[in-house]
Amino acid sequence: MMGQMFGLGYNVILVATGAGLLGLAAGGIGAFLFLRKRSLVSDAISHATLPGVALAFLVMVALGGDGRNLIGLMGGAALSSLAGLVIVHWLDRRTRLGEDAAIGAVLSVFFGFGIVLLTVIQTIGAGRQAGLESFLLGSTAGMLRSDAIIIAVGGALALAACALLRRPMTLVSFDPEYAATQGMRPARIDMAMMALALAVTVVGLKVVGLILIVALLILSPVAARFWTERSEVVALLAGLIGGVSGAAGAVISSLAPDLPTGPIIVLVAAAIFAVSLVLAPQRGVLAGVIAQFQFRRRVHRRQGLLAVAQGQPIYEPYTQRLLRQEGLIRRDGVATSDGQAAAERAALDERRWHMLRGLPEAAPMAARYDGLTPIETVLTADQIADLDRRLTAEGAA
Amino acid sequence: MTDAQLPLQVRGLTVSYGASPAVFSADMRVEPGAMTAIIGPNGAGKSTLLKAVLGIVPALSGQVTVYGKPLDKQRSRIAYVPQRASVDWDFPTRVIDVVQMGLYRQLGLLRRITGRHRSLAMDCLDQVGMADFADRQIGQLSGGQQQRVFLARSLAQGADLYLLDEPFAGVDAATEKAIIDVLKSLKDEGRTILAVHHDLSTVPDYFDRVYIINKSPVAEGPVAEAFTQDALQRAYGGRLASGLLDQLFPVAEAAPAPGFPARTA
Repeated sequence: MMGQMFGLGYNVILVATGAGLLGLAAGGIGAFLFLRKRSLVSDAISHATLPGVALAFLVMVALGGDGRNLIGLMGGAALSSLAGLVIVHWLDRRTRLGEDAAIGAVLSVFFGFGIVLLTVIQTIGAGRQAGLESFLLGSTAGMLRSDAIIIAVGGALALAACALLRRPMTLVSFDPEYAATQGMRPARIDMAMMALALAVTVVGLKVVGLILIVALLILSPVAARFWTERSEVVALLAGLIGGVSGAAGAVISSLAPDLPTGPIIVLVAAAIFAVSLVLAPQRGVLAGVIAQFQFRRRVHRRQGLLAVAQGQPIYEPYTQRLLRQEGLIRRDGVATSDGQAAAERAALDERRWHMLRGLPEAAPMAARYDGLTPIETVLTADQIADLDRRLTAEGAA
Repeated sequence: MTDAQLPLQVRGLTVSYGASPAVFSADMRVEPGAMTAIIGPNGAGKSTLLKAVLGIVPALSGQVTVYGKPLDKQRSRIAYVPQRASVDWDFPTRVIDVVQMGLYRQLGLLRRITGRHRSLAMDCLDQVGMADFADRQIGQLSGGQQQRVFLARSLAQGADLYLLDEPFAGVDAATEKAIIDVLKSLKDEGRTILAVHHDLSTVPDYFDRVYIINKSPVAEGPVAEAFTQDALQRAYGGRLASGLLDQLFPVAEAAPAPGFPARTA
C-alpha cells in the first residue's frame, strides 16, 4: 500500500487527503476574496464560528446525544458565522461604520462570547467536552475516518461551486458596473462568494482551526499573485498552494504526538509565501531590486556616452567605473576607440529623436522618447532613413 | 417610427442619490442608426442617466424600454463602455482577457473559451488598433489604450446599441481618432450609438443628434435643430466661455439679437 511505502499510516493518508482538498478549496475561494479586496471578511467569518460550535455542543448534549458529532458542530458553526456575516453587512450598509470597523467589532465580540461558552462547558460537563478546544487551532489527533471524509467531500463541493462561479466572480471583482450591465447582480455574486468562504471555513474548523483558517484563505492567493498576471491562474495557483500546505502540514503534524495541525499548515503556507515574495520573476522583491539596478546602469551608461560624444568630462564615479569596466574609456578618462564609436551611436540616436520630436505627424511615436529607448525599436529602417535625410538637409541649411 | 423599433426609450426617469434628484423626470428617444451625444454641464446627471438606463444605479421612477421591451429581456443587444477611471488597474488580467469578458454573458457558467472566441477577441482588438498589446497586463497601458481595450470588449458583445460614458475624456489624439473611426463604422453597419460627451466643439463633427440635459432634459433632436446657442445657454447657464460659443455659432453674432418683438399696433 502507498501509505506503508512512505511509512505513513492509513489514517495520516486519509487526513492529509482531507486537509489537501480543504486547502485547495480555501486557496481557490480565497483567490476570489482577494481579487474582490475582501479577504479580511474571512477573519470575521472564522471567529464568528466559535459560539456556534459551543452552543451546538450544549444542545446536542442536552438532547442526550454525543456532543462531538462533527456534522452537528459544523451546523452550529455555520449558523453563528452567518449571523456574524449578516451583522458585518448590516453595520457596513446601514451605519456610519466602515467594513473594517464592523469586521473588528464582530470578530472580537463573537470570539469572546465563544470563549465564555467554552469555559462554561468546561465547568459543567467536565470530561465530555474533550476536543472542543481543538477547534481553535485544529487537530488531527483522534480524527475519525468519517470526519476526514466529511472534510474531503465538503472541500470538494466548495471547490466545484467555486469553479462554476469563476466567471461571474472575476467580472464582479474587476468591473462590478459592467457586470451589472451583463445581467449579473453584483450583490448576489458577493453573497455567493461569502457563502463559499463560510463553507470552507466551517469545513476547515476541525483540521486547521478557526483562528488560522484565515491564513489559508489569504496567504495562498497573495503568494499566487506574485507569479502571474492572470486571474484564473491566480485562482489555480492559490488552490495548489493551499492544497500543498494543507496536505504537507497534516503529514508533518502527525509526526509528533502533540503538534497542532493548523499552525503547521500555516507555517508551510507562509514559507511558500516568503519564497514567492522574494523570488517571483517579475513582481518579486529580488526581481524589483535587479530591475532597478539595471535601469540605473542604463541611465549612467547613456549619460556617460553622451558626455563623451560632446567632449565633456564625466564627473560621477559610478559612470566612470561603468564605462571603464566595459572598456569604453581609459583610466585617465579618455575614450577608447570602442568608446568613441559607442558615443557617436548614442549621439546620432539622440539627434534622430530630436528631429522626430519636432515632427507634428510623428507625435505618437515621439511620445515614446525616454532618453534610453533606441530609436530602432520604435521606427522602421525606412523611417530612420527619412529622418537622416532631414538631418542632412538641416545640417546643410 | 413606432416605439418598438426605437433602440432606447426613456419615460419620466428620476434618479436620486439622497434627498435631491440627480436626474429629474427625463424623457429620451434614441433614434436607430444614429450617433447621439448626451451633453450638459458637470453634475448635470449625464453619467447617472446612462447608469440608470443600464440598471447600474436604481431609478426612483420611470420606464426604460430597449427595442420595445424591458431592459432585462434585451441585455444581449446592449454594450456599455464605462468611464475609464472605475477599475483597479493592478488587477491580474491581460488585455485579451478583458476583451473576452465581453463574451462571458454568451458563454454562461460552463462553456469553455475556444479558439473561435479567442480569434473573435483578437479581431475586436485589431479594430481598435490594440492587437499588438493582447498579452500585456492592463495596468501597463496608457489611458487612451485602456479606453480602446474597453471599447474592444463592448465590440466582442456584438450588440446593436452602444452606450459609452465619456469615451474621449483624457485620451490622446490617436485614441480619439481610433475610437471615432470605430464608432462611425458601427453606425455604417446600422448600429446605434449613445455617448456622454464633454467636448462641445466636436459635437457637430462626431454626432448626428444631441440630447442636452441639466438635471432634466433641455433639448433633444438632430444637431442642426437642437444644438443651438439658446439650448446650450439654458443648460450651461453662465458657465460657457463666450469664445466657445462664438466658435460654435459664428453666424449667430451676425443675426439680429432676438430682442423684444416690435409692437405692432
